[in-house]
This record gives sequence, structure tokens and C-alpha cells, in this order.
Amino acid sequence: MANFFLDNEDIQFLFKHIDLGELARIQEDDFIHTANANGDDYGPKNAADAVDNYRRILEIVGEVAAEVVAPNAEQVDNEGNTLNDDGTVTLHPLVQENLRRLTQADMMGFTLPRKYGGLNCPNLVYTMATEMISRADTSLMNMFGLQGIAETINAFANDEIKAEVLPKFSNGDVTGAMVLTEPDAGSDLQAVRLRAFQDDQGNWYLNGVKRFITNGCGEILLVLARSEPEISDGRGLSLFLAERSERVKVRHLEHKLGIHGSPTCELVFDNTPCLLIGERQRGLITYVMALMNGARVGIAAQSLGVAEAAYRLARTYAHTRCQFGGPIERLPAVAELVTNMKIDVEAGRALTYETSRVCDHENNNLRVLELGPPLEKEEEKRRKQLSRSLKRINGMLTPMSKYYCSEMSNRVAYDAIQVLGGSGYMKDYAAERYARDARITTIYEGTSQLQCVAAVRGVTSGSLDNWVVDHEAKTYDDPMLEGLKQKLIVARGQLNEAVAFVKTKPSSYLDLSGRRLVDTAIDILIGHLFLGQGAADDRKKRVARRFIERQLPVMKMNLEQILSGDMAAMEEYALIAGPVPAAG
Amino acid sequence: MAYDSIVCVKQVPDTANITAEAMKEDGTVNRAALPTIFNPEDLHALETALEVRDQYGGTVTVITMGPPKAADVLRDCLFRGADRAILLTDRKAAASDTLATSYILGQAIRTIGRYDLVFCGRQAIDGDTAQVGPQCAEKLGIPQVTYLEQFVSIHDRVARIRRNIGHGWEIVDVKLPAMITVIETANKPRPQAAKRVMKMKSARVPAEVAAEVKAAMPDASEEQLAAETKCRVDALKAAGLLIEQWDLAAINADLERCGLSGSPTKVHRIQAIVLTKEGYTDIPANETGIRQLVHELVVDRTWG
Repeated sequence: MANFFLDNEDIQFLFKHIDLGELARIQEDDFIHTANANGDDYGPKNAADAVDNYRRILEIVGEVAAEVVAPNAEQVDNEGNTLNDDGTVTLHPLVQENLRRLTQADMMGFTLPRKYGGLNCPNLVYTMATEMISRADTSLMNMFGLQGIAETINAFANDEIKAEVLPKFSNGDVTGAMVLTEPDAGSDLQAVRLRAFQDDQGNWYLNGVKRFITNGCGEILLVLARSEPEISDGRGLSLFLAERSERVKVRHLEHKLGIHGSPTCELVFDNTPCLLIGERQRGLITYVMALMNGARVGIAAQSLGVAEAAYRLARTYAHTRCQFGGPIERLPAVAELVTNMKIDVEAGRALTYETSRVCDHENNNLRVLELGPPLEKEEEKRRKQLSRSLKRINGMLTPMSKYYCSEMSNRVAYDAIQVLGGSGYMKDYAAERYARDARITTIYEGTSQLQCVAAVRGVTSGSLDNWVVDHEAKTYDDPMLEGLKQKLIVARGQLNEAVAFVKTKPSSYLDLSGRRLVDTAIDILIGHLFLGQGAADDRKKRVARRFIERQLPVMKMNLEQILSGDMAAMEEYALIAGPVPAAG
Repeated sequence: MAYDSIVCVKQVPDTANITAEAMKEDGTVNRAALPTIFNPEDLHALETALEVRDQYGGTVTVITMGPPKAADVLRDCLFRGADRAILLTDRKAAASDTLATSYILGQAIRTIGRYDLVFCGRQAIDGDTAQVGPQCAEKLGIPQVTYLEQFVSIHDRVARIRRNIGHGWEIVDVKLPAMITVIETANKPRPQAAKRVMKMKSARVPAEVAAEVKAAMPDASEEQLAAETKCRVDALKAAGLLIEQWDLAAINADLERCGLSGSPTKVHRIQAIVLTKEGYTDIPANETGIRQLVHELVVDRTWG
């Protein structure tokens, strides 16, 4: 039977290479809970047991992805979902079938605690699963990958709401939506206008319109709304939970370039009853920010999945398609395309899995601090310090992963079409679907440009240095790896010179240089991750060498451009961009 | 109204992934060299039983006959939702042909007692006989429906079944209890449920426990081994993780009818056939070419 976990050597390599036992220990509180303490009977006894569970879970996801989801993907893409006259949406029968199978496999409460029927998996394992689902059908990831909504409820809602709603997620009875965007509040969520108001008894209601809502037809809606009309910025927003009812209708289902299986809804709230999540005014600044961080790692995983699918198609085609008397993979230009695709997929995976690993450390540390029993003073101090440091590193790694993987998936999907040539342009192959599906990833959950704005702070404020320092201190037995490491150390020195230069310029120059700084930082980060992998595997050694040698000139180019201090894009905008075209 | 089902499953060599070591010098199957899998059509039989339970309530019990390793397929059944699993294992059952096997399975089903439906895969990929299900029905004296492709409904203890008849299908009604064999197109087997896997992955039959103990304590005496095995078996039982293991005595089987003595099948000759490529015919992609091809197919009776 086909299996997207067992056929993927790189995921299996990382499963062994990354210390999942350590993640299991922090996820399961060192296994101090005796069996059945939480009213469940399927918890792991020790780290080895937990890691064995993770492997088995990924094997099941891999099988469902390959055997059920992937064969359905083309038809789902062709036919999409249906909007009904009464403002409800009927999911494509095959999407329903996919969700039913995932529910049968217990995969809809992936990271939720066992007391709510979840699997209590670390984020890293969920990221691996998300990638496999996305490889099978990128649009299904939008349903499978929305489990962050349940996580947000788990993190911030009161116990009553949690006990009521979370088991429904685990059982697959409900799916959720994060309801943030409005016609005039896209990237700038502080501008959200949808009103939340209370009646005399203190019950909350919602009124207004939301747009571009992924799975807005889901049963549980997490809605960002203005509860404090007198405060016009983000501090006037709170987060609410509304259940699907006649008081919230889908007015329009968007017609999109890709991810046709994922229903993108325009929602009308008409005095819709709802419940406040957590505290008033923390909706955007605390809860949605937390939700978005998880969702961004999810999009990175989604991007990895579609890129993996595109690479595999191109690799197979380059091997079987013969021109000029042999397979086209013997042509240097094609060979370079294919090897670049493969290296870039592995690069994105290295970065995203590292991000997920750090997220697991951050989340579990916070959980111990906020929900665990009181700690001794020294321990509390240590954990709080750790928390701040992890938060800073994650604040950099998360947007980097989302940015790098989404851009990479578009490049890989486009190049896959190129490898397939005319056939790739036709609907006969999935290459064009992969390219359409990949296109959204650089846009939603924050555009690439916004990810760079978020990530560059880490590059200029020392988070990069904090992360890199441990890796630079490693010594490699292999002289080639050691030599490559020295080159990365030099590159970081040059990057920091460029950062110092940018700091002497007006702040708009930082925004202008953001992408180049972030690109360079990402290349250094991934370079170190590849060196670590190379120390454990001979093939990875070659991947590390090729990646670093390929990127060194690119880093040099980026830094040179920064050091030029050129502000033409801002200062000469009107001149170079030309006049605004006349209407019509 | 709830219905109790029994599903007969088999662990088989994976004949789709044959390697050069698959056959011994004497032409018999080298089972040790072949990976084992869940017989594919038995998975569809299990799924049919689970769907009946989902819709009408009741229980699903799986049985398999084989060596202790066959407990693998029982665990798989438990992961997918079976309520109870039984391994029939006995050295005296070795070398059973389809007649002896169906006698043994029949005795086991009688021993289980109450049941409404017995499901089998149409056939196993190692023998391809499709005989065990129907023979088992004869042993039990119950009606049989073969080649199920859709379980339509049950009313008043009559099951309505759509069966494949090669050129199409027919719908038949059958009084319960009945034996039903299932084909691959009937359904898509559900995946293993992660929580059941996490809970039941350490489920074992006593014979597996004994083997594990022996491997863990190579220098121990027979008494020590027996004591440790008993200790572990009791612990598994207390945790609800002991898979039942029956021998031929447990099902009151007549030993004359089991194993070699109960198997009238005599292997006349084993032929090793090595398929070699024998050239090919180029069919021109035009009307004449196609007509010629059709003509040849009719002449050599591939068609018609």
C-alpha cells in the first residue's frame, strides 16, 4: 500500500535525527502521570513508547494521505464545493470522505490533550502530518491544518467552553474557522470593524461581515470583533466563539485560482450569539497573534507538501521522458532544475521542523508556567527567562519558515511545470494544479512581505546570533563540513556588518532591505541545520555542501545590494513606476 | 436490533512483492523469505462487519488460524475497531487443506456460540481457492452468499445483499445466520484508529509472551520461564490486553479431521514456471491493426 510517510526518506531521516524523545518528555511532563490519571487509557509510559506512538500515527496519516486523499484530489479540484440557497455550504462528497477517514483514524484532535480525546502530539509531529496531507491534496490541509483553532480554545478559553467544544473537534463532529479578515481589514487586522455587543443580561452578539474566511462554513467560528467601539486600534478587539446557526450565513463562496477543495466564505453575522474567549481587549494582541504563529508553521508545512508533490512529479518525468536519445535528466539544465528542487524542499523542511521543535519547547514551557502547579522560585525564574528567549527565537523562526517555504513551493511548482514542458502546462498532469495550489501560500496568514517585517527584527536584534552561536560552536570530524561551517561564520560576520550599516540609515531603509537580510539569515540558518544532518548521513553531506556553496554567492549579492544604500524604490517611486494608468 | 458478526481473517505471504528467494529448491513456498500481510479481501470482510455494527449495533469478533505470528493481523483488526480477537493455533493443525481448515474454523465458530453473520474474504492470495468460506458454511449448516459487493440492509433477520456475478450483479435475500464472502470492490477498509493503536499495540497472545520471555531470559530454567510467562500473561489479562488463544482441544476438534490427516488434497506435482519474455507483436494504431488484434483474440479464445 502506498504511504506518504514510509516512501519519504527525508521525513523518516528527520524523525530519527531530531530528538523526539526529548520533545515527548516535555510534552508528557516527564511521564509523571500514572496511566489513566486523565481518564484516558492510551497515554505513553515513557519516551520510547511515545516516540513509537508518533511513528505509528505518522504511518497511519501517511497511508490515509496516499490511499484515500491523493486519489480524490483531482476530482475535488475540478468540482469544488457548493453554496446552497439557505446560506450553507455542502462540501464536495470526496472532501467529506477525506474528513471521515481522518476522523476514523483519530486525527482531528492531533495536538489536543487526551482528556479532550486528543492525541497530545508535539507540534513537530503535527507538522510532519500536515505536510503529508498537503502533498496528497493541498486544499485538504486547510481543513486538517485548522486544528490550531481547537488549540487556541484550549489555551485561552475557560474550562466550561473547553469541555463543551474540544471533544467535538477530536471526534470529528465539528471543524473550525478563524474568522479575522474583513473587506477593509486584511493584512492590517487592527482595522477590524465587525461589532460585538452585550445585551442587558451580559450575553454577547456579533453583527457585520467577514471575507475570505477559510472553512467559514465550519461549525465553530473564532471571530475577531470590536468589543470596545471607543478604541479604534487593536486594543479594542476581542475574540469570540460563535457556533454555526441561522444567524450566520455564507453569502458568497469565492472562485479561486487554486485550493478548490477549501471553501473560502464571505460570512454575514446577524445578531449572532457568541461567547467571549479569555479576556476582553486581548483578542488581537494576544490570542490571534498566538493563533497566527501556529497557523504560519502550518502554512510552511502546507507549502512543503505541495513542493514535495511537485518535485516527485518532475523527478519521475525527467527520468522517464526521452528526448535527444535519452532521458531529459541527462541534460545539464534539467539536472540542475531537479537537484535544486530537491535541495530546496529539504532546506525548507529542515527550517520548518526546527521551528516546530522550538515551538514545542516554548509551548510546553508556557504550559508548565501557566497551568502547572506552583514552582520553586529559582525554577520559575529560570523558566520565565527561557520563555522570553524562546519567544524571541520563535518570533524569528516562524515567519522565516512561512516565508521561505511558501516562496520555495512556488518556485518548485513552477519549475516542475518547466521540467514537464508542454505536458506540464496541460491539465493531463497535476503540475499545473500544484502551481495553482502553491500560489496562495505566499499570501495568506500574512504575506511574504509581512513575514520579512516580522523576521527581520530577529536578525537585527540578536535572536539570530543567539540561535546560531550553539551551531557555530559545534565541531565536525569531517574537514569538509568544518570548512563549510567556517564559511558560514564569515557570512554571519558580513551579515552583521550589513545590519550595522542599515541601522545608520532611516528606518524605511530597514524595510527596504528586510527581505535581503532575512534571505541571508535563512541561508545561514539552514546551512547550519544541513551541517548537523550531514554529520549523521553521507548523502546529506553532499546536500549541505551543494546548498552552502550555491547560496554563498547569493548571500554576497544580497549584502552588496544592502551596502549600496540605494533607496530608488522609495525616493524615485513616482518617476520610475510611471503615472497611474488611466481607468478603463 | 443488534447483530453479532464473526470475521475469519488470514495472514498471508505478500505474493505481490515476490523476490528471488520466494521459492525453495524443491519448488515449495519459502514462507520465511516472504513478508507477511493481511489478506487483502479479508480487510474488506472486516470493513463490512464493522459497517454493519456501525449501522445496527452488535459486536465484531475476528478469528484467525495460524502460527503465533498471525496475531499481527488480529492486532490490526483490533486497531481498526474489532471488539474481540481469537487466535487458533496448534501444531496439529499444520498442513491443513481447505477442507480441514474449514472444519477447524467451523468448530471455532460453534465454540464462540451466538452469531448472526460470518464474513470471510472471497479468497486468500496464497492459495486463491475461494473454498474456505463456502465449505465453512456447509460445516455450520448455514446459508452462504458469495462475492458480496454491497451490504444493502437487514430486516426481520433477513439480510439483503448485492453480489457480483461477473457480468453484473444480483440482489439476494438470505436468512440469518449466514456466511458471506466479500470482494475487494465492496468498500474501502477504514484506517487504523490512532487511539486504539496507542492503547492496544502491546496486546499479545500467550504464545507470543512465552517467546518474548524466552528471548529475554536465555539462561532461565523451564520453571522460571513458565513463571515469568504466567506473570506477564496475568498482567496483560488484567489490562485487557490479552488476545485469546485457542488450540484444537479448546474447540472440541476431531484430530482425524485436522492437519495432514484431515486433508484429502494431495499435491500431485509442483512445477516451477519461469516466465520469460517471448518477443512481442507490433499492432499498428489503425483500423486494420485493431481488426487483426480482435481477430487473434477471438481465435485464441481470449475473447468470446
